Amino acid sequence: MASNRSFEIGTGLFILLGFAALAFLATQTTSLAGYRAGDTYALKARFTNIGQLRERAPVKLAGVTIGSVQAIDLDPVSLDAVVTVAVDRRFAELPDDSSLSIFTSGLLGDQFVAVRPGGSPEFLRDGDEFLLTESSVQLEELIGKYLIGGEGGNRPGADPAE
Amino acid sequence: MIRTGTELGSTLAGGLRDLGRTGLFLGRVLTALPASLRRWRAHVRQLWFIGAMSLTIIMVSGLFVGLVLGLQYYQALNQFGASGALGTLTALSLYRELSPVVAALLFSGRAGTAITAEIGLMRSTQQIEAMEMMAVDPVRHVVAPRFLAAAVAMPLLCVVFSAMAIMGAHWSAVLWLGLDNGIYWSGMVGSVDFADDLLGGVFKALVFGVLIGVIAAFQGFHAHPTGEGVAAATTRTVIHSAIAILAFDFVLTAFLM
Repeated sequence: MASNRSFEIGTGLFILLGFAALAFLATQTTSLAGYRAGDTYALKARFTNIGQLRERAPVKLAGVTIGSVQAIDLDPVSLDAVVTVAVDRRFAELPDDSSLSIFTSGLLGDQFVAVRPGGSPEFLRDGDEFLLTESSVQLEELIGKYLIGGEGGNRPGADPAE
Repeated sequence: MIRTGTELGSTLAGGLRDLGRTGLFLGRVLTALPASLRRWRAHVRQLWFIGAMSLTIIMVSGLFVGLVLGLQYYQALNQFGASGALGTLTALSLYRELSPVVAALLFSGRAGTAITAEIGLMRSTQQIEAMEMMAVDPVRHVVAPRFLAAAVAMPLLCVVFSAMAIMGAHWSAVLWLGLDNGIYWSGMVGSVDFADDLLGGVFKALVFGVLIGVIAAFQGFHAHPTGEGVAAATTRTVIHSAIAILAFDFVLTAFLM
């Protein structure tokens, strides 16, 4: 029956339209759009404090996203935070003396991991660990240091000439 | 005084009884569903009438909701110099809350009433009794296809609504008020999660679709077999669906947060 078939085609188009809208929203407006994880390799880094870093936070080099945080664990022996980052294969030539820092975007924004490239001719390979890391700066600690004067004993009011 | 008390009590008891009967009816529909799937052409036909025929109202409403959101958020955010957050705010409020709820309220008015009126008319013209006389299960042949169509159509319509509203907000905020195009899109990309925000809203829509389907079919199936009875049942469909949608929205939001 012709009318029956046209209902079926129309219904199929309706379902297609729904999925097309979902695909549009997913690829244009959600986190799926930003960094497309292709083929990646994993690198590890130890931090004494990761602050508010969360899984899937971006990993940036010179401000460009090159990967994302894959896992955050605590080493039960050394009591360090172990952060595993997945870096895109296109950026396979990171010098093995590169350092990793945790920064905050803006004053109160989300935290991300920044790679500062080193100058070594050797490159980091899958599973390698960053040796140089810089923990996240805690705003509370900074304020506390300023108020109490820090561990070094140089009080904020003290005259440096003395 | 005593009379108003008893009336109030009987209204409450009647409401509770309706709630329980709707729940039992849902069980009956769900048990009839697998057998009815063998007649898939009836399901496709209902999906066309219930889902695809609601597209116009959903798309036009979505566009206007988006246009208004763009204007209102721009006005509010610009006071704090935070108009850069417009894309994020629009997408999050749409996906998490507005699209499922507004699309469901529109859908209950457009399709829920149609289901009730159609089944109610079959009841008042004794077609349902005729089916029962012939040992044909009316729940399987009449109710199940409409119920499933509502449950399938709602998530699809919700996503279409979101897409239209995102375009609408883009239109009013970017093309009209001059917000930067890149800021609009990148704000969303940075902070909208596919699974939590977008699929969470689609799940809400699915629940609303099930609610509308079962309420509309129940009201039609149990309508008084008169003209006034069908009219009253149609009204009840809209009221009960609206209350159920908003109440379940609260519960789902509390659990999905």
